[in-house]
Amino acid sequence: MSQHTESMPTPSDGLIVIAKRDCPTCIMLEPVYAQLAEDNDGLTIYTQDDPSFPESVPAVDDRELEVSYRLDIETVPTLIRIQDGEEKGRAIGWNRGEWEDLSGKGGLGDGLPENQPGCGSKSVDPGMPEILAVRFGDVSLDARQIEVGAVDDEIEACYDRGWSDGLPVVPPTPVRVLRMLQGTTRDSQEIIGEIPPNLVPCTVEKVAINAVMAGCKPEYLPVVLAAVEAALDPAFSMHGVLCTTHFVGPIVVVNGPIAQRIGMNCGVNALGQGNRANSTIGRALQLVIRNVGGGRPGEIDRATIGNPGKVGLCFAEDESKTIWKPFAEERGVAPGKSAVTLYAGEGQMGNFDQLSREPQSLTRSLAMSIKAIGHPKRAPGHDVMIVMGHEHFRVYDRAGWTRERTMQEFEEVLTMPADDLLRGVGGVAEGLPASMAGKTVCKVRSGGLNIVRAGGEAGLMSALIGGWAASGERGSDLVTKEIGT
Amino acid sequence: MSENVTLLDPTAETSPARRERLEPPESLEGLTIGVLDIGKVRGDVFCDEIARLLGEKGFTVKQYAKPTNTRTAPVDLAQTIATECDVVVEALSD
Repeated sequence: MSQHTESMPTPSDGLIVIAKRDCPTCIMLEPVYAQLAEDNDGLTIYTQDDPSFPESVPAVDDRELEVSYRLDIETVPTLIRIQDGEEKGRAIGWNRGEWEDLSGKGGLGDGLPENQPGCGSKSVDPGMPEILAVRFGDVSLDARQIEVGAVDDEIEACYDRGWSDGLPVVPPTPVRVLRMLQGTTRDSQEIIGEIPPNLVPCTVEKVAINAVMAGCKPEYLPVVLAAVEAALDPAFSMHGVLCTTHFVGPIVVVNGPIAQRIGMNCGVNALGQGNRANSTIGRALQLVIRNVGGGRPGEIDRATIGNPGKVGLCFAEDESKTIWKPFAEERGVAPGKSAVTLYAGEGQMGNFDQLSREPQSLTRSLAMSIKAIGHPKRAPGHDVMIVMGHEHFRVYDRAGWTRERTMQEFEEVLTMPADDLLRGVGGVAEGLPASMAGKTVCKVRSGGLNIVRAGGEAGLMSALIGGWAASGERGSDLVTKEIGT
Repeated sequence: MSENVTLLDPTAETSPARRERLEPPESLEGLTIGVLDIGKVRGDVFCDEIARLLGEKGFTVKQYAKPTNTRTAPVDLAQTIATECDVVVEALSD
């Protein structure tokens, strides 16, 4: 998608110097340029910032940085010897011996130091390589280009085309998408799967475009890619999660060192606003579903009410040292690796038990809230994710309860006589059929209760996130994917 | 003046690159028709006649006028028309 088909010509024989005024070494070499130009034997100086520099020899204006880009210049000054159109050698910065060897001239820069390093080329200023690659390079971006008029607002143009979830999106310009793609080692045209509901093959590039729009930084892209891959696992049943009338949407839990590296929040307000990675990674996944897959609310997305987390909900687990392994490690990911776990969850319900100091009490207390998920008289087979706050978790940690022990206790206290839940009991029509009389039921399915840790230091709180009414094999199961590069 | 901005399509690219117009209704039966005078001289004469003819055919017609033809319709007017009408005739009198 290069916009310039004809490259700026460079001499096929002679010496080339790339320099800029904003470089003390380049300025120091004024007398050397004059010496190199003495015999008029083919010196071309390109200047990156000021056409009137150098003053000793006329220079070619390379403020567009095309020559610098094409010659892959990283430092100025750089001296290059070209012969028959081929580079025969280059000297980076000033080194008298190297410059004399390349130029074949002795006595260069009398009185100057033997050696002095140069400065960074303007062509490698932060963000510039991608701009130049789009302008002059052979960039392998494949997506259709949409032109927006100069007087149009490009954010409004994105709204007009239906690309937004309702919030403003970052306009996906080629430069931004190219920068985003620097966040992964994967080929931009690799197909990572077919996005429901339309089962459209989706390239890494399309994910990158939507990640740009969501507001991601390039270093988040591997997390977004892993989240998309998790959503495409048949066990997650993304199509079903999308088209259900239920409240649920995909929730992304991040484990491992990447969470800290990209600055994710697992502490104060972990499920709330204010952290860029938390706020944009889940949103990028939802934009991929919307834009690539065609999953739009009111069309295939038939959620009766939905939940605010459907804009995108992503948080990291607090992995501070306890006897509990990190959530992803529990689910089979090797220690020290990073992973996402996708969970089809609805809006959260708070439990702020302030008085339980023993794990038995807190387990029963949390179970009271869990029993209300979906409906207090609906069981069995529910999913719930407990996002356990620091002070609630400390109750288990101090008592030395392992995750296994805790799960056993929850299963016990979530098992109840079906008689209390039968239709009509308590004057409520909803409930279990009469055929369940005399039996016991557990509120959650086997494997349906999961505990992750997050939240601030202060506050005896946990958040309970109910799952899809169709959970497990008949619907959506949690899916964990290791995060690649 | 700055140059056009290029955006990369985030979608499956199954729709045209240009924004699609809304499909016109198959029939006007039962719909409310707005007639918008954009404010050019004698536009009112033209619009009144259009409205009269549509009314004679039994359609529900509502008439509106822009304050001036030199600017886009005020948001309030656009929202009023969108709320009250199913289709609109935006008439030019030149």
